[in-house]
Amino acid sequence: MKRLLPAEVETLWTLFTAPVVWAGHFVICYVAVAIYCEKALVWDVDFDHVRLALGLFTLLALAMIVLSAYLAWRQWGFGSGEPPHSGPTDRDRRRFQGFATLLLSGLSFVAVFYTAIPLIFIAGCHL
Amino acid sequence: MPPFRLAHQGKTCSDSPRSHARLRAVALVFLLSAALSSCSGIQSALDPAGPEAEDVATLFYVMLVGGAAIWVGVVGTLFYATRVRREPHSERTAGWVILLCGAVGPVFILGALLTYAVWLLPNMRPWTAPGEEGGLRQIEVTGEQFWWRVRYLDASGGVLLETANEIIMPVGERVLFSLNAPDVIHSFWIPSLGGKMDVIPGRINRIALEASKAGVYRGVCAEFCGASHALMAFTVEVLEAEAFDAWLQQRLAADGSSGADGLGLFLRHGCGACHTIAGTQADGKIGPNLTALGARGSIAAGTLPNTQDNIARFIRSPGEIKPGVHMPSFAMLPEGDVETIAAYLKGLE
Ligand code: HEC
Ligand SMILES: [Cu+2]
Repeated sequence: MKRLLPAEVETLWTLFTAPVVWAGHFVICYVAVAIYCEKALVWDVDFDHVRLALGLFTLLALAMIVLSAYLAWRQWGFGSGEPPHSGPTDRDRRRFQGFATLLLSGLSFVAVFYTAIPLIFIAGCHL
Repeated sequence: MPPFRLAHQGKTCSDSPRSHARLRAVALVFLLSAALSSCSGIQSALDPAGPEAEDVATLFYVMLVGGAAIWVGVVGTLFYATRVRREPHSERTAGWVILLCGAVGPVFILGALLTYAVWLLPNMRPWTAPGEEGGLRQIEVTGEQFWWRVRYLDASGGVLLETANEIIMPVGERVLFSLNAPDVIHSFWIPSLGGKMDVIPGRINRIALEASKAGVYRGVCAEFCGASHALMAFTVEVLEAEAFDAWLQQRLAADGSSGADGLGLFLRHGCGACHTIAGTQADGKIGPNLTALGARGSIAAGTLPNTQDNIARFIRSPGEIKPGVHMPSFAMLPEGDVETIAAYLKGLE
């Protein structure tokens, strides 16, 4: 397991992983359904297949966010120190970023879940 | 800030706590009666007359209770912090409060409300797939500046009859409205029957509505569309099935060729270039169809009660009644002519 996970890197970019997954999931869900509903009469695809595909995609997005959260937790030192990590040290800077990334992952997880709720109830296009 | 002075009492409000309280009581009664009176009537989403509107009202009440619970929680906490316990809690407790009340709680409350609203959505906006609509009665509604063109379609999509600013529909039967506009956006809304639907140039939006109670309701334009946007309403009359059929037969047979004087003036002054009256040479398409105008409850898209005087007033100076109206003023016509035309139009049934 340990070897499967990417090594810890010092970059600000990891902070954005989860929100980027959220944004991608949001755009793909909306664009996919919009295109499907416009083409529903031309394509011979059942809406339930679209729902299922987007449901699986949602699980994938959630898994990516959980992974990002795990890496953030590691960067945070698995919660070994208390926030706010405001000291002028390398360690505090890493911990601070890890904690911020963890919080953003939580937000993104909830947001992706909320975006997917209509997939459960909306069963067709409104033409 | 200078104290607010009540002119007739000659004393300042700020030095009299009693007049303060009285003012507040008056304001409260006023607000409450305003709020309650808007709960019933011909144009209220909270007095539903159809299944979709019922769901909208239920959603409103559920959200109201949800919002009230959150409000009580927030104000209760405020009260606790400022009145009950004034010393600080430990940081640990504060951390838990933030986590539970600031993050976990809202996620569940918002999640529940969102789920509930999305779950209701299919009922509030039942969709009809193309092909399924065959059995439904179809009414085509065009949002004009600033009135509604209403066309009843027959089974093959041809126009059965045209009217304006009034929709007569049978009770207990789902009716499919297809909405379109030639120039600007409007929004079609009959609060008593369901949610609103935008009317957008270049596309046809559909909304299927059912009325479960016979009665007279009021619909409005709910998207700003120009100077007289607020004067763009329509009447919805829900009739029992037989009464509806009788209305339909009567309207199909309506004929404006009697009343020769009025009709002659109507045609001579060019009204027929914009208005149609069935059974006459008047066949203009720019303005509202005036067939059986006398039978309508109001004129100029719900703006004036339908009386002969009001019709005459509107013909003379439509722009004074509806700013930006697309009908020219006929104030230059001889006085008697306008009266004769108005009497003729009021007599059309
Ligand atoms: C240039 C086209 C035009 C001409 C000519 C015209 N009208 Fe109009 N008329 C309109 C339009 C557009 C409306 C809709 C106004 C509104 O409600 O926004 C209207 C509305 C009306 C209404 C109210 C209809 C309703 O549904 O409530 C009456 C009545 C009326 N016109 C009578 C007349 C008479 C009588 C004449 C001739 C003296 C006349 N009009 C000439 C365009 C015209
Ligand atoms: Cu409008």
